[in-house]
Amino acid sequence: MPNGEIGGQRSEVRGLGFSLLCVAAMAACQMADDGDRGAPATYGLGTPATAAEVAALNTDVAPDGQGLPPGSGDAEKGAALYAAQCASCHGAKGEGAPGNPPGPVLVGREPREGFNFGNDPKLVRTIGNYWPEATTLFDYIKRTMPLSAPGSLSDSDVYSLTAHLLAANEILPAGASLDSASLMAVTMPAKDKFVPDNRRGGSGAVR
Amino acid sequence: MAKRLGKADREQPDPGTNGDITRREALEGIAGTVGAVIATTIPVGVAAQAAASTPTQATVALAAPARLMGAPTSAVGTRSPFAPPAGRTPVGNPVGSSLTPLHSLSGSITPSDLHFERHHAGVPAIDPATHKLVIHGLVDRPLSLSVDDIRRFPQVTRVHFVECSGNGRPVWVSPAPDMTPQRTDGLTSNSEWTGVPLATLFREAGAQAAASWFLAEGGDACMMTRSVPMDKAFDDALVVWAQNGEPLRPEQGFPLRLLLPGWEGNANVKWLRRLELGTKPWMTRWETSKYTDPLKDGTARIFSLVMDAKSIITTPSVPTKLSGHGWRSVSGIAWSGRGRITRVEVSADGGATWHDAELQGIVHPKAHTRFAMMWNWDGSGTVLLSRATDETGYVQPTRKALMDARGSGTDYHNNAIRGWRVEPDGGVYFHWET
Repeated sequence: MPNGEIGGQRSEVRGLGFSLLCVAAMAACQMADDGDRGAPATYGLGTPATAAEVAALNTDVAPDGQGLPPGSGDAEKGAALYAAQCASCHGAKGEGAPGNPPGPVLVGREPREGFNFGNDPKLVRTIGNYWPEATTLFDYIKRTMPLSAPGSLSDSDVYSLTAHLLAANEILPAGASLDSASLMAVTMPAKDKFVPDNRRGGSGAVR
Repeated sequence: MAKRLGKADREQPDPGTNGDITRREALEGIAGTVGAVIATTIPVGVAAQAAASTPTQATVALAAPARLMGAPTSAVGTRSPFAPPAGRTPVGNPVGSSLTPLHSLSGSITPSDLHFERHHAGVPAIDPATHKLVIHGLVDRPLSLSVDDIRRFPQVTRVHFVECSGNGRPVWVSPAPDMTPQRTDGLTSNSEWTGVPLATLFREAGAQAAASWFLAEGGDACMMTRSVPMDKAFDDALVVWAQNGEPLRPEQGFPLRLLLPGWEGNANVKWLRRLELGTKPWMTRWETSKYTDPLKDGTARIFSLVMDAKSIITTPSVPTKLSGHGWRSVSGIAWSGRGRITRVEVSADGGATWHDAELQGIVHPKAHTRFAMMWNWDGSGTVLLSRATDETGYVQPTRKALMDARGSGTDYHNNAIRGWRVEPDGGVYFHWET
């Protein structure tokens, strides 16, 4: 073929319908496989992502500490930063503020016992009573806050704000300092409250 | 007249009985001056069409369009001025949502400009010429793909709904009789999407067998990130660039969007710019503190991604008032995140008896399906309900069953049976006591 070859479309998306088809008729699977013939191992499209390109984008932080940057901060500096950059939306003490949408409540440990959110619609989710991972706080502040200038805080500022909010929620002592190691060591009050999705299709019980 | 007239009949002029202009007089008037009309009144005719909202001489005359030169061709069409769309509401919030006017739509496809919106940091303006999708992490070949690169891969076109897991939340939290389908369930929309299977892109990058989760990141100001199990990539996930035959709308993620058919809207990350493969979920704010579901046993579901089967009657509904007893079509939409809708039953007596509605058009998996049934209303008060079943055999539950199973404090994923109370005067009100 002087002008190239055709027939490289691969049946990638199979899903439930395909699986059922396979059970019902092996011949159908053979036909589908025939359709794959001629598909190359790769199409050779795109360009290699360089380490620098990935590093510039890859700013997320995971619960195992992956992505936590060097640096440190403390709750005292965090309180000053909070007053200047956060309080207008979240309230002076993290109690939330009116707006459209309202500024979310950040601070609160009630209820101290139990986790009664499923039965009490009035309970308000906070960092102290609902968030399962402390790294989420660092990740979210660093990448998303403040809403008017996301990404504008230095890593040390983010450690300080994280320390302040964890202290305000009585998870760290007042004045605590924070770096990557001490952040990974924090266990959140709601850590063990989350369960996998047990909803299923079919005619079983409502879940 | 002894005959009781329906609304449509009453709007027709009754020739010879009063001083109103009649259809015949209007047509004769045009015919008598036809040369002058064609030469001079085309703009006037178009303007009159635009301005007319009540049966006037202009609308009667336009009932004979062959006698009046119409508007010229245009690059991009517009809706009839006689039927302006019920728009999305509310509007003007960069952090918030706008709802699809389900009660004003027909069929199963949502017009692209009426697809619901949910933004967490507004709609970014992204130049497709410079936009890149980067795939990295547990891959053999980290890749940077331009939009043009992505459009060169084998493409597929599929019809799927996107539904926010918060759809129906206002019903759960604060139901009210004057709620329209837009207010109860307007956070779902259905489109024909075109794109490339995510599996193709992962194969291209050399996804490693150890990868069990991937992180999808958007290019909006909040850098929306969600963790997704790898199985979904090798099931039916897509990276799409087109919606209903044209490029994605900016509100829907232009130039690229992750589409996870049947899974909660937030995970269908818009303005997609990065996919990172790993072994555990990242536990982002959205999938921990936000889109999780507290249960009555003192736990909370996490990664509750599938949208359960659901249906809603959209006609009749609030804000309609029934114009008279007799036959009328009862119609709505049904959908399931687990596959095809196989059955929709409608009750016109508050759930005492149920009747199979007709499923219209091609029933796509994980897509809105239009259902319809004829109903001969006898004029008495009643309740209209719909109940969907999907191909797994799952049946849409009642409000009571769902609340008993989960507790009153959970409010996402509300797929319970809902309907409309019809009063003898034709008034229609939202009904949630199921």
